[in-house]
Amino acid sequence: MAWNLNSDRPIYAQILEVMQLRIISGRYHPGEKIPSVRDLAAEAGVNPNTMQKALSELERNGLVVTQRTSGRMVTEDMEMIRKIRNKLAEEQVSEFIDKMKELGFSKKEVLELLEKMGGENA
Amino acid sequence: MNGLVEVINLTKFYEKRKMALDHMNLTIPRGKIIGLLGPNGSGKTTLIKLMNGLLEATEGEILINGRRPGPETKNQISYLPERTYFQNSMQVNELISFFSDFYKDFRPERARQMLANLNISENARLKTLSKGTKEKVQLIMVMSREAQLYVLDEPIAGVDPAARDYILRTIITNYNENATVLLSTHLISDIEKVLDEVIFIRNGRVVLQDTVENIREYKGKSVDAYFREVFAC
Repeated sequence: MAWNLNSDRPIYAQILEVMQLRIISGRYHPGEKIPSVRDLAAEAGVNPNTMQKALSELERNGLVVTQRTSGRMVTEDMEMIRKIRNKLAEEQVSEFIDKMKELGFSKKEVLELLEKMGGENA
Repeated sequence: MNGLVEVINLTKFYEKRKMALDHMNLTIPRGKIIGLLGPNGSGKTTLIKLMNGLLEATEGEILINGRRPGPETKNQISYLPERTYFQNSMQVNELISFFSDFYKDFRPERARQMLANLNISENARLKTLSKGTKEKVQLIMVMSREAQLYVLDEPIAGVDPAARDYILRTIITNYNENATVLLSTHLISDIEKVLDEVIFIRNGRVVLQDTVENIREYKGKSVDAYFREVFAC
């Protein structure tokens, strides 16, 4: 989950995606304190105000909570983390299905292919 | 609230013929990292020199914290000129004491830390350093002051990409939240993620002032790509 920020989309949205991924993948554990705005901005090589904006959005959607004295922490609400994890997974799957449709695959063919490849990889 | 820098109707002629700035108006806010972008000869360095009191305006004025450039504003601005002005015979540690004497807001321990991070010896004489290393030393000196405004004229042009990243991180971590960093550059793609705002200038006039995020969102492209479009030859 490096900061592979691409050049033509708003940076703020991309930071948000990386941070969400770090939380749902467990890189930042529930209840763990996350690094300061400035440290994260330096790590990502982005403007601190942009990082601040992305963290505020994480607060708004509940993945991150602010403790008055100890800074920002990852939420301990596992249900919320699971929900966002599922939402991101659904987005990935529908993007994948759209691409397969472009290649001319039917839903059935896609499922068969998944089954087959899943078997090979298992 | 007023900006940190107000540029009002600013005009500069060189030798009555060449107009470098053409009735420019501009407000530079506090607490931002701002890119001053424009093609060669667009007036970037002229504007920066006027800000630092190195040139006299032909018409109009420039105010820093409400004051015209002078001894007081020079105490508030940390300026990295386009060309180095250090004596080649000096050692890096002499430079540190030189800056400590000159500027009350200079933090020698900060400079020493950055020099160590970049493996630059304090005992080295400037003439023994490569062009890129000299530029790093100069930028370290400038960023080790606690100024309200950092004005950096082409700060990363001569250094390698890894050092460029270090320098940008240095800018992010070192400036305080109320200070503004104004930097001119041609290397937009390297630097745009660090910027709050960009100012495009052409023929001595401002053609655009906007946030990086707005440009990406509404134009659907990077500032670098948008610059190439606006200034296409």
